Order: sequence, then structure tokens, then C-alpha cells
Amino acid sequence: MWTGDYAYLLRQLILKDFKIRYRNMSLGIFWSLLNPLVMMTIYAYVFTRIFTNPIPHFPVHLLSAIITFNFFSGAWQSSTTSIIDNSGLIKRNPVRREVVPISAILSNVPHLLIQMCLLVGLVYFAGLGVNRQWLWLPIVWGLELICLIGLGLASSALYVFVRDVRYVVESSLLVLFWIVPIIYSFEMVPESMRNLYQYNPLAALILATHDIVLKAKAPSAALLIKLTLVAILSMLLGTEIFRRAQRRFYEYL
Amino acid sequence: MSIISVKGVSKVFRQRNSKALLKDHVRELVTKPSQGGFYALRDVSFEISKQESVAVIGANGAGKSTLLALVCGLAEPDEGSIHVGGSLAPLLELGSGFHPDLTGRENLSINAALLGMNEAQVNERFESILEFSELGRFIDEPLRAYSAGMVLRLAFAVATHCDPGILIIDEVLGVGDSNFQNKCHQRIEQLRADGNTFLVVSHSTDTVQKFCDRAIWLHHGVMVADGPVATVVDGYNQFMTDPAQPLPEGFTSRMVPPVQQLGHSTPTGAQSKGSKPKSRSGH
Repeated sequence: MWTGDYAYLLRQLILKDFKIRYRNMSLGIFWSLLNPLVMMTIYAYVFTRIFTNPIPHFPVHLLSAIITFNFFSGAWQSSTTSIIDNSGLIKRNPVRREVVPISAILSNVPHLLIQMCLLVGLVYFAGLGVNRQWLWLPIVWGLELICLIGLGLASSALYVFVRDVRYVVESSLLVLFWIVPIIYSFEMVPESMRNLYQYNPLAALILATHDIVLKAKAPSAALLIKLTLVAILSMLLGTEIFRRAQRRFYEYL
Repeated sequence: MSIISVKGVSKVFRQRNSKALLKDHVRELVTKPSQGGFYALRDVSFEISKQESVAVIGANGAGKSTLLALVCGLAEPDEGSIHVGGSLAPLLELGSGFHPDLTGRENLSINAALLGMNEAQVNERFESILEFSELGRFIDEPLRAYSAGMVLRLAFAVATHCDPGILIIDEVLGVGDSNFQNKCHQRIEQLRADGNTFLVVSHSTDTVQKFCDRAIWLHHGVMVADGPVATVVDGYNQFMTDPAQPLPEGFTSRMVPPVQQLGHSTPTGAQSKGSKPKSRSGH
């Protein structure tokens, strides 16, 4: 029985990931800013100069979506491999093993916050400014984190037994990039598919972000309900899969 | 009043099909797997009272580490039950969570958090841990600049400052040079005097006799003896030098022969058909 302080442990593990990532890098956290900026610039160039598109404030549309997608992708991938990466800890310490994938997801949050500062800068530069609806962001992000934790628990547990899971995740992310509104807008999605489209938690988050940032509009109730449903489902499934799988971690690691 | 109680515990390690397909994995996850494998532990029972200090001895592959993993709750027994009535700190491998790019100080707090300390305790015990580890100003250097001995000293210092009630120790009683080893031994004596309970695995029968009151001897997963440390160690030493000699009274006859195969698969060498199992060389 482990009787330590989970909040303190989680904080230590998140801090550890953050420090390891940026130590020995001369540019440190600037890499966090550079990567989405480069992506935004190149997409903005291609999709305004080479292709034309009618989306207003296209750089803001792009950057807010790219930041969201990058977080989702980074968090899902690092949580998937987290149990294997930390097999030493799992085999020798009786902490609740959920801590490991959860901390892997949460250690992407500092990243996200840094990039959010970049977004705020761009929003002012584009003359949009921050509005009252931004208060919705922590709520939709909270729901997204619940989704991600469920997903990460499931994929990290399955990855212990079947190493193909990693490639399944990578391929899914490739598909996911095109079924969320990054380089196009929701209005371009065929009407008949819009309802289903919103059940994708990442699409829902980006849609909500676009409404808040570009249109100063609260996310619609229908969207919030769908995101909540998917979050609950993902969490239930994820914890159940993890609970069953973790009994055999010791033998498999 | 026992603080650790192990009742009829068996642990089976299954042979794994390396070519298993996705559907096999899925089936294994949802059903109870049946055949193929061997007993790492078979029907082991004992009770440990508070403040007792118990050693687990046995040749390589006897199931000692498996037993510790079960008591720590790292793996689940296939049969029987285990009850632990207190918080425990497993010192199974010193410094296993250390990261070479982080400084000694950073590794110290991560390791301490993993061993169950909270922030206040870490701050309060930091000086004492630092002093014990004798690292001095190296505490702010990254771990990759440390010698192997320095890493172990830091790990041992953190581990013995977590003060959990029950310490589960796998071969980590003495690390470093003889000076530091003495210090480690004193620290363990101190923790014993403070009323901690110990469950220790060691190949060094000297160490075991020094720190433990009681010993459990495992052989191929079966409990051969459980009694005062001197008696059990004598029997064990005698068996290891000459397995043919009859053991003194009180040692269970269950060690002959170790029937531990189950199912159809038979890994060679893990079974001896004679009246007594052969001792492994090297110990």
C-alpha cells in the first residue's frame, strides 16, 4: 500500500519531464514557440498565396488550431509509450500506475501555456483582442483533458501487450489532422456530416476555440454536450481497460 | 498481531507465445489464461508481526524477488491472498528512477516523492539526506557526472529517510566502500530500533544473520523452512554445500521433489526428478 502524496508526486513527475525536455538545449522553451510559428507561416503562405480561401483572419484560425492539434498529438503519443518508458518505476514502486500516463499527458500543459501566450500576441496583432468568451477555454480544455486521459490510459495499457499500438496512434493522428478544421473551416464541411463531425473531441475543441477567438461567441450547447459525452465515455472505457490490463504489467515489462 | 500476512500464495509465470497475434492478446486480456507455465511460488504462507525483521533466502530462481513483488503489490497472486497492514517502502533497486540529466537535488525530490514523502517531509529531511550521502556541493551537479558509488549513496540516503513502517529490501543493505557500508548498517540498525518492520532478500547469509531475527527459505518457489535465522541459515548453508545430506528436523519435506510444472510445456532444467533438487553453482 502506497501512502504518499499524489499531488506532490504528479507535480514532481511533470516538472521532471519539462526539465529533461529543455535541458541541454541552447534555445530552451523557444522551440515551443518556433515550431507552431513555422507551421502557421508555411500553411498561411500556401493557403492564401497558392490556394485562395475565404476564411477571415486565417493566421489566427490556423495558429489556434495548430496549437490544439499539437497538444493533442504530443500528449496522446507520450502517454501511449509512457508505461513502457517508465517500466522501471512500474516494476519497483507500488504507486497507482495511472499516475504515469496521466503525468505524461499533463507534462504537455506547460508547453501549451507557452504557446497560448503566442496566440494571445497574434490575436492582438490581428486586431481581434481577447474577449469575455475566453473564459470558456478552461472549460473546453478541461473536457478535452478528460478525453485525453481516457484515451491515454487505454492506449498506454494496450501498448504494453501489443507494440503495434504505437503505429495505430501515429496513423490515427495523421487521419485526425484532416478531419479537424485546421486548414479549412467548419462551414466548408458538408451539411450532412456536420453533426457527426462534432463528435470528434479534437474537432469539437478546435470548433469551440474558433468560435471563442474569432467570433467572440460562446461554444454552442450541442457542441458542449457532445464533448462532455465523449469525455465521459472515453474516461469510463480508458479506466476500465487500464484496470484490467495493469494486473499483468509486472509479468510483461 | 501481524502486519504482513501471506496465505496460501501461488504465482504462476506463463510461457508467452512471442508470435501471439492481436486476437490472442485480446483473448488473454478478457479471459483467465489457463495452461502453460510454471510456479514461481507455490502455496507460500507466513505472517510477519510489527517490528519483526525477516529474511528471505534461497538460490537463484527460488522466487524471492517474486515474493517481494507480491508483498509490495506490484503483481497479483494467482492463488491465495496477501494482506499488508501499513505503508511500505520498496527498496528493490536503488536509484531505478534516477535521470542522468537532472541534478542530484532534482533526482532526490522525485525519488523521495515516489517513495511516499510529501513536500514538507522532503524539505525537512533534505539536510539530513545530503549529509548522509556525503555528496556535498555535488548535489547540484547533473547525475551523469557522478560515480556509480555516488549515485548509490544518494539513492540509499533517500531510501532510508522515508520512514514508512515497513521496508522491503532486495539486496541493497550495503553499498559503496566499507566506510559507507558501516554507515548503512548503522542506519538500518537505527531504523530497526525505531520500530520499523523489515522484509529482506539477500544472498549474503552474514548480512542476514546480522539484521534479521527470522528467516524464510524458499526453494523453487516452495517454502522449505521458516524459523529463527540461525537455524534456517545453518540448514541452508548445509544444503548448499552438500544437498545430499539430510536436513535437520523442522525443515519441511515439501522441498522434495519440486513438482512445479503445470500444463503441457516443460522448460528443461527447471525440474529435477531425484529425491532432492540439485543446488545451483555459484552460491
